[in-house]
Amino acid sequence: MMQRLIQFIKTFSLWELVSGLKLTGRYLFSRKITVQYPEEKTPTSPRFRGIHALRRYPNGEERCIACKLCEAVCPALAITIEAEPRFDGSRRTTLYEIDLFKCVYCGFCEESCPVDSIVLTRFHDYHMEHRGENILTKEKLLAIGDRYETEIAADRATDARYR
Amino acid sequence: MSDIEIEIDGKPLKAKPNSMVMQVADEAGIYIPRFCYHKHLSVAANCRMCLVEVEKSPKPLPACATPVTPGMKVLTRSPKAMAAQKAVMEFLLINHPLDCPICDQGGECELQDLSMGYGSAESYFTEGKRAVKDQDIGPLIATDMTRCIQCTRCVRFGTEVAGQRELGAVNRGEHMKITTYIERALHSELSGNIIDLCPVGALTSKPFRFTARPWELTQYPSVAVHDCLGSNIYVHTRRGDVMRVVPRENEAINLTWISDRDRFSYEGLHHIDRLAKPWIRVDRRWQETDWSTALTFAARGLQRVIVSDPKQLGALASPNATLEELYLLQKLVRQLGSPSIDHRLRQVDFADQDDMPMMPGLTMAMKDIEQSDAILLVGSRIQQDQPIAALRVRQAALNQAHVLAVNMMDDDVCFQQTVKRIVAPHQFVNTLAAIAKALIGEQPEWAEIEVTEHDSIIATHLQNSKKAVILVGLAAFNHPEASHIRRFTQCIAKACGAKVGFLTDGCNAAGAWLAGAIPHRAAQAHPVSEVGLNANTMWHEARKAYVLFNVEPDLDCANPVAAAHALEQAEFTVAFSVFQNPLLSDYAHVILPIAAFTETSGTFINAMGDWQTIKGMASPYGEARPAWKVLRTLANLLHLEGFDHDSTEAVRQEVESISVHPLQENTGSVPVLKASYAALSRIGDIPLYAGDSLVRHAKALQATQSIIEGELAAVRMHPALAAALSLKPLDKVTVKQGRYHGIRLPVILDQRVPEQAVYIPAALAATNGLSELFGSIEIQK
Repeated sequence: MMQRLIQFIKTFSLWELVSGLKLTGRYLFSRKITVQYPEEKTPTSPRFRGIHALRRYPNGEERCIACKLCEAVCPALAITIEAEPRFDGSRRTTLYEIDLFKCVYCGFCEESCPVDSIVLTRFHDYHMEHRGENILTKEKLLAIGDRYETEIAADRATDARYR
Repeated sequence: MSDIEIEIDGKPLKAKPNSMVMQVADEAGIYIPRFCYHKHLSVAANCRMCLVEVEKSPKPLPACATPVTPGMKVLTRSPKAMAAQKAVMEFLLINHPLDCPICDQGGECELQDLSMGYGSAESYFTEGKRAVKDQDIGPLIATDMTRCIQCTRCVRFGTEVAGQRELGAVNRGEHMKITTYIERALHSELSGNIIDLCPVGALTSKPFRFTARPWELTQYPSVAVHDCLGSNIYVHTRRGDVMRVVPRENEAINLTWISDRDRFSYEGLHHIDRLAKPWIRVDRRWQETDWSTALTFAARGLQRVIVSDPKQLGALASPNATLEELYLLQKLVRQLGSPSIDHRLRQVDFADQDDMPMMPGLTMAMKDIEQSDAILLVGSRIQQDQPIAALRVRQAALNQAHVLAVNMMDDDVCFQQTVKRIVAPHQFVNTLAAIAKALIGEQPEWAEIEVTEHDSIIATHLQNSKKAVILVGLAAFNHPEASHIRRFTQCIAKACGAKVGFLTDGCNAAGAWLAGAIPHRAAQAHPVSEVGLNANTMWHEARKAYVLFNVEPDLDCANPVAAAHALEQAEFTVAFSVFQNPLLSDYAHVILPIAAFTETSGTFINAMGDWQTIKGMASPYGEARPAWKVLRTLANLLHLEGFDHDSTEAVRQEVESISVHPLQENTGSVPVLKASYAALSRIGDIPLYAGDSLVRHAKALQATQSIIEGELAAVRMHPALAAALSLKPLDKVTVKQGRYHGIRLPVILDQRVPEQAVYIPAALAATNGLSELFGSIEIQK
């Protein structure tokens, strides 16, 4: 009997609407946590595994020595490498390709690399418009490396003491 | 002596007296780590990796150098043994660079493997590491001598097996290094084996350098196709491409070695001259086309000629083709009505072809060569023609056998020759006759023959031997009096009870004889109703149509000039070819690209008569197809019967199902001597790396050849002959044979050439203007 009375009063006093608006009102005036992507971004860990890059030494020499360990360790068989002696006799890749459709971003390639050449960067917001753009060629990888070298180096430095 | 009982790791084993612990353990499948030990090399015991604990011995002993004794108890994995092995490993790793990621041996490195088990992650060593300057030792082998751990396997290989002491160790202790003393390319035709022997990455393959990792490679058993021994190899492929070739152990043939020719010829497979598409000639112009057009074109062309006279068709096949290909080819040609098919491309004298055995070959095992006590080499540059067989001759020589030689070139060989007769081609038969005369005694037919002192010494050695072997080589086969050479050889063999072995050209000459790719016998030596023209006559009596099966007529034939003339006049020429060739491009009407040996299945029969079947392991280049399929389809288009095989096994079974036709023993009458015919003759040997099209297209081998042999396109003559002709080195002279135009070549003085002959190598583009390999020759200034 009592229950029904309370229900009756609530119905006519728009009680539930008020409590709903109370929640709305609280959020309306509280501090916002929405990130204005892409202008704003959430913080990422230095260990974030985003798009790949090939790094260079400060003198501009590419780090990769075509040891093919990343190709061997890759569980998705996403990496293809071909190598031959360069004009100066050093061991270099003539083809280094990562298929982004195959890659599972496990980071094993980075773990296996003896010269810290192939790395996974923090950058994950990339897209493809045409067929074939999923293949990251050596030139593209080196370009990514060149562009983000400061960030990549800083990330490795932060993480170094845990390795 | 009876076997000794020993115990290794608690396992009771029986061992032969004088054997080493390592051998017994290997036989029992107990692995003892090692670097310097190799079963085909002497024991050096200098790496100390195989230290094991032996009961009652105060210190660990090296298993490779410890002979077994009765009741011996060996522990290979006891704490004491392991501690010793770990200590040795630590010392080895002190000076070994940590450059595994860029080292080609990485992944198949004995040091890398063992350091996983015995190496420590940390090193106490803080001093500077040793570094050694690399030497350039030729286009085949790359050196990284800093990685060397001084096991001296390469040095021992050179000294003991190859018989060429090219590498040695200088200095001592940490300063010890492996070097050629004076920087130079290795000349050994077996040098590639040190790549396999090197347990680390100090010696690696130069053509293979940095191109692939061992874990990427798929291994297929195969057979080498560059000499008549059929050395066993593994072909390593990656994604359908042949990446390298390594030896496959076969005690009966090649032990664990292969020649450089077999190892590096794969480079030719990727040569830019490989044919990728069929070509046909329409209105004198070449057209790239598809297979069905090309085959129909070929079938129509052949039919046009056959309708008028089927005997106007001549077929020439390479002795490197497979048994199946040769069988199908001869079947096709014979069904078309022509009896003329031959594979003996470089031979010119076929007078005794009916007396030849069913499959000319060694008629003995390789071991018999090693165990013989006298070996007579007849016209055989065995070390360059069959390097693996030369190893057996060398072994025999080391076992105190007398190696006797009747040769045209005085090569520096890897074995001691007791007596050598170096004679010009036109004196060759006379020399053999003289030996026969010294052995048998005076015959009425041999009155004119003069026996020199050397001939009688050779005869005496042969007479005194219990187990003599006569090896007849390529030069003897290609000689214009080859039949006389064979007759005299048989005559000598009969007189001294020796076995005669023929070392034939190509890798499948025996298979070609068996398959019936010869004008006078069908498959399995069945007689033919009509004897066709042989390889030489086919060029001289020009045919209207030719089928060239993997033949480069300007380089593979005895008479390139006649071949060019005949092809020019031919109405229709079908060429099956792996590579482009200038003569084929000029005169052929259809060129069908066929698969190379790694890309097709088939059977090769070696000189010992072993049938070795291989499978296709790489994808054919471009649109090239296995030749047996091409032959089958062509035969179907020509409406011939019996070409419905669906695999090479089916073809092989068909060959096997034909009963062997027994051949009559030759009568063995006393051979009669012809008058010698020339004052000066040409030695037209095939250079080391020019024997077949694949080798000729292998870049690193060609580079090595020019280092070892120098300028090959030259007239090499003895200084005495040059003086007599008043010629100086590098003078240009015109050399002329018969009625053909001469060619101009520089003179090079060469002590190896006899005084009445000049050495002008065959199978070279620069010398294919000459007509006869061993004929008389004129030299004009």
